[in-house]
Amino acid sequence: MIKLEHVTKNYEGSGRHAVDGLDLDIENGTTVALIGPSGCGKTTTMRMINRLEQPSAGRVLVNGEDISGIDPRDLRRRIGYVIQQVGLFPHMTIERNVATVPRLLGWDKARTGRRIDELLDLVGLDPAVMRKRLPHELSGGQRQRVGFARALAADPEIMLMDEPFGAIDPITRVKLQDEFRLILKKVSKTVVMVTHDLDEAIKMGDRIAIMRDGRLLQYDTPQAILAKPADDFVRSFLGKDRAIKRLSLIEVESMMSPARENPKGATVYPGDSLHIALSTIIADDLEGVDVVTVDGHRVGYLSRDALFAAHTAAG
Amino acid sequence: MIVVEAFNWILAHQTEFFSAFNRHLALCLISLAIASAIALPLGFWVARSQKASFVAINIAGSLRSIPSLAILAGTMPFLGIGLLPSVVALVVLAVPPLLLNTVVGIREIEPSIIDAADGMGMGRREILWQVELPLAVPSIIAGIRTGAIQVIGGAALASFIGGGGLGDFINAGIAIMNMPRLVVGALPIALLAIFAEVFFGWLQRWLTQRR
Ligand SMILES: Nc1ncnc2c1ncn2[C@@H]1O[C@H](COP(=O)(O)OP(=O)(O)O)[C@@H](O)[C@H]1O
Ligand SMILES: [Mg+2]
Repeated sequence: MIKLEHVTKNYEGSGRHAVDGLDLDIENGTTVALIGPSGCGKTTTMRMINRLEQPSAGRVLVNGEDISGIDPRDLRRRIGYVIQQVGLFPHMTIERNVATVPRLLGWDKARTGRRIDELLDLVGLDPAVMRKRLPHELSGGQRQRVGFARALAADPEIMLMDEPFGAIDPITRVKLQDEFRLILKKVSKTVVMVTHDLDEAIKMGDRIAIMRDGRLLQYDTPQAILAKPADDFVRSFLGKDRAIKRLSLIEVESMMSPARENPKGATVYPGDSLHIALSTIIADDLEGVDVVTVDGHRVGYLSRDALFAAHTAAG
Repeated sequence: MIVVEAFNWILAHQTEFFSAFNRHLALCLISLAIASAIALPLGFWVARSQKASFVAINIAGSLRSIPSLAILAGTMPFLGIGLLPSVVALVVLAVPPLLLNTVVGIREIEPSIIDAADGMGMGRREILWQVELPLAVPSIIAGIRTGAIQVIGGAALASFIGGGGLGDFINAGIAIMNMPRLVVGALPIALLAIFAEVFFGWLQRWLTQRR
């Protein structure tokens, strides 16, 4: 668990707090998305977790231990670090880049070699093709895959990611978000991810921390935040379509009623989001849709009213 | 033909010629080595701070505009004549381009690369040897190339303050109005400079392309 206790950061020569009395608990195995306007202190907050910045006041604890007592280099070798610009070493091959932390930790050649193959496979790159390449021979998306593999190399418990998809074209970005999310769940990392993209935060975050001017405004699950914004700033930050956004987080299965007598019209799957159910209902101007499994069993019914009620129901 | 006459003179005075040629080369190599030993560490140290880099780049830039002969003449009042003042003058000549290119080479490294290295837990020393130095090498080689050409030309003038080398033939040639003798000094110096230019230029391109 990562615990920020009343953490404040003042940069030298700056009159105001970059981070201002922040309290934040991050459970093991969860992903927290830090989001807020540019300059609100997201990056600074993240960088205090691996001691790239020192808090001016307050403490940061990892698994109960105050990190100010840990050698920064030892701490950082236990924490994966991914940044928007990737920061691959341009003069080193992909395999050497990925092996950076194992090299620092003094792993033997065989173990490092196995790990490189494993990681490149994991992030969807063919080791046989990629190992000997140089970073400039890769596309932006491929480079971030390597950056991600490099951060995972020594199997750190924690991953810090600062706008990891910020420099990637929209189509590749969606693909990488999906893939990285699955990988992070599979290897059950504790993740702190900085983003300024609300959809990304909703998609990747088990919890979202909304910041403004160095302060934490709201910290909760995406569903809860979209349902009950803490204040007007958060409300406007989420946008006028927040109710629709929230529908994409709720599965049809959780809101459906038992199957009806006379099925007709379009159908949806139980695992579809309410967003898709709504779209289906609007498209055919239906009173509701029947819910059918992939193998054709009718398992429920979702009425227009039930769908509209979803916004106020489940929190 | 003057060049043929010069060549015949060399054949007839091989010991004299090669002793001057070797001395010229030694003068250049020693000065370059000392200048590198000063400028590279200094460059890495200076590059830590933006302000210091700015100051160093400007001082090095203005030092470069002082003519070689002025620097050589300038050492004489303090160190007299001979080998030592010549080496000192050539070092002073070679340090600015080396320092300039070292500082620029390091400052031009993308900050995100160093940030990533820091964030993964590399130490100062590891970052220096594994990241900064290799990435600055092409720029440093460019500095050595400029410095080498400066020093090869500057060494020709060392003869004026008793430093010896191929410049002696040029001075002798002028003194006795013997053009072939002048060419005995001038041509090898020109060839040395061209060789340094081509070799370091190739090395620089080769190292740059590798990444
Ligand atoms: N190294 C630094 N020195 C001085 N001020 C900084 C530094 N880094 C960030 N700041 C300031 O601290 C505030 C928060 O910055 P940052 O954490 O980078 O915000 P965000 O990541 O949310 O955009 C900003 O006002 C920024 O200008
Ligand atoms: Mg930021």
